[in-house]
Order: sequence, then C-alpha cells, then structure tokens
Amino acid sequence: MRLRNVWMGAMSGTMAVTLAASVVACGGGPSNKSAEPSAPAGTPPGMKVDTATAGKVSGTVTVDGAVPKNDAIKMNADPVCIKENKDPQFQATYVVGSDGKSLGNVFVYVKDGLGNYVYDTPTEKATIDQKQCRYHPHVFGMRTNQPLEIINSDPTLHNIHAIPKTNSEFNTGQPIQGMKMTHTFDKPEVMVPFKCDVHGWMNAYVGVLDHPYFAVTKDDGKFELKDVPAGTYTIVAWHEKLGTQDQKVTLGEKDSKDITFTFKAAGPTATNN
Amino acid sequence: MLHKFSRLVVASTVLLILAGSLVTSHDAGLSVPDWPTSYGWNMFTFPPRMWVANIFYEHGHRLIASTVGFFTIILATWLWMKDSRPWLRWFGVAALGAVVAQGLLGGLTVLFFLPPAVSTAHAALAEIFFCMTVAIALFTSPGWMRGDDDAADSHGPEAPVSATLGRLATLTTILIYVQILIGATMRHTGAGLAIPDFPLMFGGIVPDHWNARIAIHFAHRLGAVVVAIAVASTAVSVWRRHPDRVELAHPSLVLVLLTIVQLTLGALTIITRRDPWINSVHVVFGALVLTTSLVLTLRTWRVKFAAGAMHAKSGEVAA
Repeated sequence: MRLRNVWMGAMSGTMAVTLAASVVACGGGPSNKSAEPSAPAGTPPGMKVDTATAGKVSGTVTVDGAVPKNDAIKMNADPVCIKENKDPQFQATYVVGSDGKSLGNVFVYVKDGLGNYVYDTPTEKATIDQKQCRYHPHVFGMRTNQPLEIINSDPTLHNIHAIPKTNSEFNTGQPIQGMKMTHTFDKPEVMVPFKCDVHGWMNAYVGVLDHPYFAVTKDDGKFELKDVPAGTYTIVAWHEKLGTQDQKVTLGEKDSKDITFTFKAAGPTATNN
Repeated sequence: MLHKFSRLVVASTVLLILAGSLVTSHDAGLSVPDWPTSYGWNMFTFPPRMWVANIFYEHGHRLIASTVGFFTIILATWLWMKDSRPWLRWFGVAALGAVVAQGLLGGLTVLFFLPPAVSTAHAALAEIFFCMTVAIALFTSPGWMRGDDDAADSHGPEAPVSATLGRLATLTTILIYVQILIGATMRHTGAGLAIPDFPLMFGGIVPDHWNARIAIHFAHRLGAVVVAIAVASTAVSVWRRHPDRVELAHPSLVLVLLTIVQLTLGALTIITRRDPWINSVHVVFGALVLTTSLVLTLRTWRVKFAAGAMHAKSGEVAA
C-alpha cells in the first residue's frame, strides 16, 4: 500500500511539472522567440487561438506527369439536363491550370497537431447546389455542426445521397426546383462523398473538420491556411483520384511557411472543362 | 383458364426480374430515396414526367412488382377457391407470402441504403418466388394433369424415371440456385469486375492475388463450370435413358441451350465492362436456367404427384 502511495505521489508530481511546463510553453510565461515552437498538444482545454501571434501555411499543389482525360458526361437520360447544358460536359476530376502542372479541386487541411484549441462553430451556412445537373462546388470543406444548405436549382428531380463512413448516411429527394434542406455533420470526416442516384454522373466531396484550417485549390493550385498557431502539424492534400500526400510543417509565432505538394499521374493529357 | 393465368404470372415475373436487374445494373437502387412513397407521392400517382434517368428503372421496378403482387393475390385466391389439391392451395398462399416478403425486402433495402445482405436476400427470394410461379404453372398445366391418363392409355404404362436421374436433376437445380446466390452476392458487393479479364484471370488460369471480392468473383466463374457439367450430365442422362419421353427430353434440350446462352452472356458481361443490358439479361437467363431445370426435376419426380393430379382433374384446373 505504501509503495503504491509513493508511486502515485511521484506520478502526480510529474504531471504537475509537465502541466506547468506546457502552460509556460503556450504563452503563460515570458515570450522567447528563439525557442522551439510551442506544442499545441499541451494547450489547456478550451483555449482559443491568439490570431495576433498565429502564422500561415500556404503553398501550391502540382501534378507531375500526364494527367488522365476527364470522362465525358452523357446526360441523355434526362432531357432537362441536356437542355440546361448546351456545351459538352466533362467530369471535374482533374482540374489543371494553364501551366499544365497546377492542380485544382485538391482539399488541403491540417490533419493533426492542433491539440486542445477550441473554435467557434460558424453560423453561416456551407452550401452545395444542384445546378445544371452538376454539384457546385465539386470539392469543398465545412465544419462539424455547421449547417450545410443543400439546394436544388434545377427544374428536374435530384436525390442527394451522402455516403460517409463515420457520420450518418442520408439520402433525401428534392423533386421540386428551388427546394432547400439543411444538414449537419457532427463528426470530423475527410472526405464524405455525395452522389445523385438519379443522375449517375453527379458526384461531390466534402471534408468535415472540427477546426478552420482547410482550403480547396483552384486551377492555380494555390492554397492558404491562415491564423494557424505555432506548432508542428501534419498537412494533408487529398485528391479524389490521385490519393493523399502529407507533410510535417513546424510553424513559429507569426511565422509563414510555403510548401508544395506534387502528385504523380500517368495518362493522356487532361483537358479542362 | 387458371393455367393460362398462372403463365401470365410467370411472364410478368420474368419482366419483374429484368426490371430488378436493370435497377442494379444502372446503380439506380436509391434513385427513389423513399419507400413505399416515391418522392412523397403515392407510388401510383407519381407523375410520369418525373420518371427521368435512373428513376425510370427504380420506379418501373416498383410498379411492375406491384402488378406481380396483385396478380399473385388473384392466383392464390383462384387456387384456393377452385383447385381441389390442398397442398397446391397452400402452395399458392406460400407464393403470396413470398411476394409480400419480397416487397418488404425491397423496401428495406432502399430505407437502409442497399446493405449487401438485404439486397442479396432480395435477389435470392426473387428466384424462389419465380420458381414457385413456374411450379404453379406446371402443376396446373394440362400435360401435368393428363399424365396418368396418358400412361394408362393404349401405349401402356411408361417406364418410371429412375431415382438416379431424379436425384441428378435435383442436384443440378440446387447447384444452379447456389450459383445464382453467388452471382447475387457478387453483384451486391461490387465484385462484378473484381477479375477484369476473360477467359483468363489476371492473365493466368487462377488469380495471382486474392481478396474477398476476387474470391466471390472466382467462385462464380468456378460455379459456372460446375453448373455446366451438371447440366450436361443431366441432359445426357435423360437422352440416354428416356429419349422417347418428350416431357423430359425437351426441357433437357432447352436447359442445355439456355446454359450455353447464359455462359456467353456471363463472358460478355465482363468483356463489355458490365454493360447494363447484357448484365441484366444475364440475370434473367440465370433465372430461366434455374426454372427450366426445376421443371425437368419436377417431371422426373412426377410419379410422386400422380394421386393429387388425378384428384384435381375434375376441378376447374383441368379447364
């Protein structure tokens, strides 16, 4: 019994020292700019990011090699979809910039390293629109418990079918133009696919996170994650066909880091739609 | 008249199986997300202008299924009121129970987002129900009813079918059904192209790597070989032992021809990268192979039903 008490006491002391060290490291003590970046993992629960001392991670996503051609979409099955789209339609799988290298529709996010920071849940809605028999946007991000507004702007029927693995699956019909519904995801999940089972070519992806550090690249391949607290993070880039890549980034206070992700591809050169 | 109606039920069930397989082949199972309503409408008042794209297949399947269900109610009632064979009357009730259960499974698979177990059970029960409708059509057919009279006529009693042939035909039917179950599992677990080449498998005689989907797909190809051997054995046995028994020789020939077509369709399904129509017709021919083998099997055991058939002759069924 005595031995156990001694052991428990030693453990308690160690934890107290560790906690004190963590508080100092996170700004509880004097600032020391030459020191190693603070470790958000030791952040006290409930602490918010100090934007005055936060930094930024930006960069570019590129693709190396011949990118496969985007699949052509045949909308013959629904006359309304044909009417809504005069031009030939292609999937938005590979969105490549005019330089032939920069890659769009890549979801870039902080995967881990953020520790115990808390963030206000946005009250503004994320939106996905079913328009011209396509999803807009094709790839996007949102926060857990943030309302997602799902709109049918088309004069035809759609069903929106989310196929998550961690969150709850749902499949809802929107038969009337202008119909709206709201949904929330309560758990982080990257990525949740959406599909329309009526129009098999319609697909989209949402990354659901419990923090605000995510971005989707456009065809210039650029992304920017603002107000990131000092720390060491795993940054991940996700593409629906080319998979994922990750990098470790260490950020000091008011620091900026520029990184590049390069995906490998092989196939006939892409033509953007 | 009852027999003619039972044939209508069989024909409509073939159409229903085609419609169901078109739903799966087009990945349209969840294109109407609600059940038993369709986008909030009563199924029967859902406006035709909204039957677009994949909704056409899913909603069409529901409407045909409702029609078959309605026909089955009539068939079961008709059998109950007019047929003197108690076992057949109850068999009609069982067919009605099967189609009701089938409808519920169809609804559940939509509401629970096509879980493979439920979807496969839906496919498996579809084949059972189809077998039941074919069996009812056979049991109410003039040929089946006249069997004993013909045997006792001027030609004298025919040689009884050997129990060996009966067992072989029964085994063949069971093997075909198992093969269909493997095929249904393959469809509903997305393993249809798990082995993408044909006739080789990843360039070899057997796959050079394995996972669950490849194993299911391989089992279906292996099953095709086993079924082909079983069908050939049954047909050869019939033609050797009873070449003059047309009620056995004809279905044997049809069974062999259907099996050849079915094997070809299976190969084409892979070569065309699962063309929806070829894939669906493959499912339908699978059902036709099964029920043809069932008819042959039931006829090999015909003597077991002689007393019942004699009894029923005086009833409406014989008309």
